[in-house]
Amino acid sequence: MSASLRLRPSSLLLLAGLLWLVVYPIVLVLVEGVHDPAGWTLRYVRLFLDRPTEWDALWNSLWISLASVALAALIGIPLAFLFARYDLPGGRLLGGLVALPAVLPPLVGVLAFLFLYGETGFVSLLIQRVFRLSDPPWRLQGAGAILLVHAYSMYVYFYLLVRASLQSLDGSLLEAAASLGAGRVRTLIRVVLPHLAPALGGAALLTFMTSLASFSAPYIFGGGFRVMPTQIVATRLNGDDRLAMVETIALTVLALAALWLFRGSRARDAAAGGRKGAGPARVPVRHRGARLALALAGWTLAGILLLPHLTLLLVSFVPLGTWTTEPLPPAYTARNYLTLVQDPVRVRPLVNSLWLATVATAAAVAIALAGALVAARRRAAGSGLIEALLALPWAVPGTVFAIALATAFSVHAPWAGRVILVGTVWILPLAYLVRNLPLTSRAILAGVRALDPSLDEAAATLGAGRGRTLRRITLPLLRPALVAGASLAFVTAFGDFVTSIMLYTYDTRPISLEILSSLRQSDVGVAAAYGVVLMVVSAAVFAVGAGWGGGGGTG
Amino acid sequence: MSGFLRLESLVKRFDGTEAVDRVTLQLERGELLALLGPSGSGKTTTLRLLAGFETPDEGRVIVDGEDVTRVAPVARRFGMVFQHYALFPHLDVRENIAFGLESLGVHGAELGRRVDRALALVDLAGFGARRIAQLSGGQQQRIALARALAPEPRVLLLDEPLSNLDPALRERTRREIRELIHRVGITTVLVTHEQDEAFELGDRVAVMRDGRLEQVGTPDELYGAPANAFVGGFVGSSSTAEVRVLGPSERGVRIALDAIEWDVDLPPGGARLPAGPALLLVRPEALRLTPPDPLAVPATIVSRRFVGPSAVYAARTDGGAVLEVIAPPQAVPAGARVGLMPSRRAGGGIHLFPLDGR
Repeated sequence: MSASLRLRPSSLLLLAGLLWLVVYPIVLVLVEGVHDPAGWTLRYVRLFLDRPTEWDALWNSLWISLASVALAALIGIPLAFLFARYDLPGGRLLGGLVALPAVLPPLVGVLAFLFLYGETGFVSLLIQRVFRLSDPPWRLQGAGAILLVHAYSMYVYFYLLVRASLQSLDGSLLEAAASLGAGRVRTLIRVVLPHLAPALGGAALLTFMTSLASFSAPYIFGGGFRVMPTQIVATRLNGDDRLAMVETIALTVLALAALWLFRGSRARDAAAGGRKGAGPARVPVRHRGARLALALAGWTLAGILLLPHLTLLLVSFVPLGTWTTEPLPPAYTARNYLTLVQDPVRVRPLVNSLWLATVATAAAVAIALAGALVAARRRAAGSGLIEALLALPWAVPGTVFAIALATAFSVHAPWAGRVILVGTVWILPLAYLVRNLPLTSRAILAGVRALDPSLDEAAATLGAGRGRTLRRITLPLLRPALVAGASLAFVTAFGDFVTSIMLYTYDTRPISLEILSSLRQSDVGVAAAYGVVLMVVSAAVFAVGAGWGGGGGTG
Repeated sequence: MSGFLRLESLVKRFDGTEAVDRVTLQLERGELLALLGPSGSGKTTTLRLLAGFETPDEGRVIVDGEDVTRVAPVARRFGMVFQHYALFPHLDVRENIAFGLESLGVHGAELGRRVDRALALVDLAGFGARRIAQLSGGQQQRIALARALAPEPRVLLLDEPLSNLDPALRERTRREIRELIHRVGITTVLVTHEQDEAFELGDRVAVMRDGRLEQVGTPDELYGAPANAFVGGFVGSSSTAEVRVLGPSERGVRIALDAIEWDVDLPPGGARLPAGPALLLVRPEALRLTPPDPLAVPATIVSRRFVGPSAVYAARTDGGAVLEVIAPPQAVPAGARVGLMPSRRAGGGIHLFPLDGR
């Protein structure tokens, strides 16, 4: 025990590195929010407390997040029941399509909604024409617009987790309940819901945290309606750095409080639990009318869910300045895509996003693998701490990390672990890396935990040293987990908007910021073309990750 | 001290409690020792200390005169078969067996020859290209054995090698393993909680409890002269009852059970107990059923289970002790009133232990 409890130098290095990357910047924000060059001060805290707009933003963040949870649950849970319980015509394909919003990076989803339901969007214009209205039927702005986007992109959490949980429900439990005389309602309340509780809790937490950190939708649609992330960015653009820090602290406190309230309900637990026995059989829908109605409803739904993707594709072929008030664009061209590869100014963001995401992914996978290998050895000292540190950035909204990194790495003080990275090409990969650690390490840690530890021991008794065991046994067996972790990391980094907008330089501007500037120049075609690239690359990386990582490897 | 493999008062503590408490054992070259004990008895930890996965807090492990206590598993050259085999699922059978040989620098034609030899040893020649997932449980077990033996380790360690096989296969595999190990002539330590397994495989059996060695001996020694009630109870079937030792008698010793006096003979070498309370351990074949009789302990039949051509009856004495007795299957119905007497040929089936002794 004494031998295994000793902290290895490599673990110590990892621990120190994680503390420096994940905790230190946030601590610096905490300190600098109450400490300016003149010394300790509560001026900025008081400023924050005295301004009603700050309280409004905090309150908006809270209620928007709660409402997003409610809406996402309202859409996701019935869909999960529908696809898990009933054998619908084309159900398998539909069941897959319903998860499609997941491949839209946040900013791209917002963009698609703008083209669809914005003042000059297809749907708005169509309704205006049909009903001969003089004005657009609605304005896609404020809380309603934000909630619409959130509901669309976040119900997927409820849908996927609840469906997985329903499928893992032991069918014989339902039969047992029926044989004990429980009716459908009582079975639902006493058997099904308790089984679903971890999945529901996990999905609610996931939705709440994502919604709390959501930046793209409030930034584009918010207008005067501010939530904390947009408030922080606005304050910082105003130059009130220390007030922005206090706001950052407030948002962090809100996030951690939510996490604390939801403690115990983890998405991870939802996947575990009673896996024995066969899942409940799907109920075939026999009545012809019902089948038809369900099929119609299902495909309509799929159409609505696919509309943003299709819209993006359509708009990406619109030449600059040709589409103003017509319901459908009058002209089409492939120019927008050609520009992306021919115009050096347009190519640059593509190249940037590619290399930034690649570097960040490689680093995240390496750190997550090292951390997972240490954390999986339960008895190793510091393993719990390393696991917690790897997961921490998930609990902290992206805006907070952007501010924290911008604070920590804007000063040259090597003795305090601070160097100037802001304004260099390295700040963005670093930010992506930190933000990706939780997702990547969760995937890899799950893979490491699933490995039989006696495989390592078997390799040792067969005379293989650590290097050979890692190369020949551990890494090949971890391939699916590594690929899954890497694809998650890459997709997130490739489409990142929230940290990029605060940390980019002209030389490292990523795709998301180029989309924003194209939009500002009303060059919707190019913006949509970038969006399509993001969407296709994300989907392709996911598909490759699932195909390449899933096949073989495990026996 | 002599012996090819020696464990010298090994101690291993987890969180302050001794998982392995001063275990001393020695094995001759080519001997097969079975470590037998219930779960939590420290037998697996002892095996892991031998393999080098754990480092003892005290004591030494010596093989062939070399102290390997602090030698890493990689360098120890002990082969091991894991409970769940731990075959590498992404490598085929041949690659699995070659893995340990490659560590020794064996390559080319020599590698191929030795893999083939290992496959032939476990009677699976021609299985080299199979994937692990394509093998049955019994085949996986044999491949695991071939993989462990291929690099010609100094000592072979087997962790519950049969626990993952279905009962029908277990008996056959047991014989195969015993035959194979003796053919190869490798010094082997086997861990098991199955008494049958330990007795059939082990040249000697070491019974463990609470981290300590209770007794080490051949199967005959353990059965005929258990060192204490735990060993007696763990080995073979038996039942226990509290009795009073009255004193020596012409046959052996006089005891009283529920106020009825029995004159019983004790196995040679059994400890002579002073007069007073003691624990009686009795094998089912050492007792016989009689009709109610003033010289027999009155009892009621509680249940019956069939064992081969006979049946074992559980009888509750009026004093409350439940004793098992072997008798013909149709001897008495459940609920019948009977008497219990020591069988006339009880030889070796009755043991007395101090009451406070564990």
